[in-house]
Amino acid sequence: MKNEWPLWEVFIRGQHGMSHRHVGSLHAPDAEHAIKNARDVYTRRNEGVSIWVVEAANIAASSPSDKGPLYEPSESKVYRHPTFFDIPEEVGAM
Amino acid sequence: MYAQMIKTAGTGVKDRDEMSEEERKFQDRIDAGEKIEPKDWMPDDYRATLIRQIGQHAHSEIVGTLPEGNWVTRAPTLERKAILLAKVQDEAGHGLYLYCAAETLGISRDELTEDLLSGKMKYSSIFNYPTLNWADIGAVGWLVDGAAIMNQVPLQRTSFGPYSRAMIRICKEESFHQRQGYDAIRACAEGTPAQKKMAQDAMNRFWYPALMMFGPSDTDSVHSAQSMAWKIKINTNDELRQKFVDQTVPQAEYLGLTIPDPNLKWNEERGHYDFSQPDWSEFFNVIKGNGPCNVDRMAARNKAWDDGEWVREGMLAHARKKAAAKVAAE
Repeated sequence: MKNEWPLWEVFIRGQHGMSHRHVGSLHAPDAEHAIKNARDVYTRRNEGVSIWVVEAANIAASSPSDKGPLYEPSESKVYRHPTFFDIPEEVGAM
Repeated sequence: MYAQMIKTAGTGVKDRDEMSEEERKFQDRIDAGEKIEPKDWMPDDYRATLIRQIGQHAHSEIVGTLPEGNWVTRAPTLERKAILLAKVQDEAGHGLYLYCAAETLGISRDELTEDLLSGKMKYSSIFNYPTLNWADIGAVGWLVDGAAIMNQVPLQRTSFGPYSRAMIRICKEESFHQRQGYDAIRACAEGTPAQKKMAQDAMNRFWYPALMMFGPSDTDSVHSAQSMAWKIKINTNDELRQKFVDQTVPQAEYLGLTIPDPNLKWNEERGHYDFSQPDWSEFFNVIKGNGPCNVDRMAARNKAWDDGEWVREGMLAHARKKAAAKVAAE
């Protein structure tokens, strides 16, 4: 266990101009091999045109218990959505 | 199914008033169809059961490459060889997705590997049967992957997020596996009398082991009831087995192959095929380590792990040296 290769998180950008998306993780001794392994494990069927890898230990994540304080405040701010506003039909598409 | 006889931790489904506040909230989230993520609170028994289940599933994918790898160098055409290589590579990939899902529960990859190599964790009984002729490769894709799909499709809806996501990826690829198998055995079944005989021989040997993949009946099991309440098991073993038989019979008929079961017949009243159970004493014997290939499979996995040690260590030493040189240069 002491000599286990570190864990890397893998992000792939698909063909259609979308952002890189998390697809999974894998073990590799370094970034170079993490990319090589990611190519074999996660792009066997043309799933991507670009790979990012980041060592899992370097990811900071929010905690499930912060769910309330982090996301509840936005629930009451319905005016942030365009559908909040009534636009007269005569005005046309907006 | 690639996970068989998973012992569900705990003593069965608790009544709501026996549950702690946390357990009640947890069960409510599952009942509402929410996904449980690795950092969320979960009962220890849920965690332990999932590690066993996902771990066994991962081990099965990896050990499952051995009976198929057996034929890579002897595939009848270059095209079949390329297809088989792609399939074997997929299976190794499936093992990796699942190991990563298991690791999010707090067990390391090396621990999982060591538990397989010591025999503490199991893999599916099916991979302890040999692939004796080329038609077996067709039978494995068609019947073994077909049986696995029965279990894996519903598991895409399982409650544990990382497991569900791994299953979704796997199912996308699995359909290729079953179809290439059917295509390969079909070529034999439609070939010369000798090739047809080979296909029937494969069918005869793989039918009952495929039925065993679902595990013995668990309709009355309190452990299965708990796994189902947690949504880490979606159907009973008997439901899945029946579905597999109903789906497979017409496929075998198309090939002109006979399913080796004199009791197999359509039951109009039930709307399902009646069929014979496999020999469960054989199943338990294989699980105990006495199947035709248990010793070979474990020897191959142990050899691969031991032979790879210097590579794993060498690459890590190199990576550390490079990282240190980079720090020194800055």
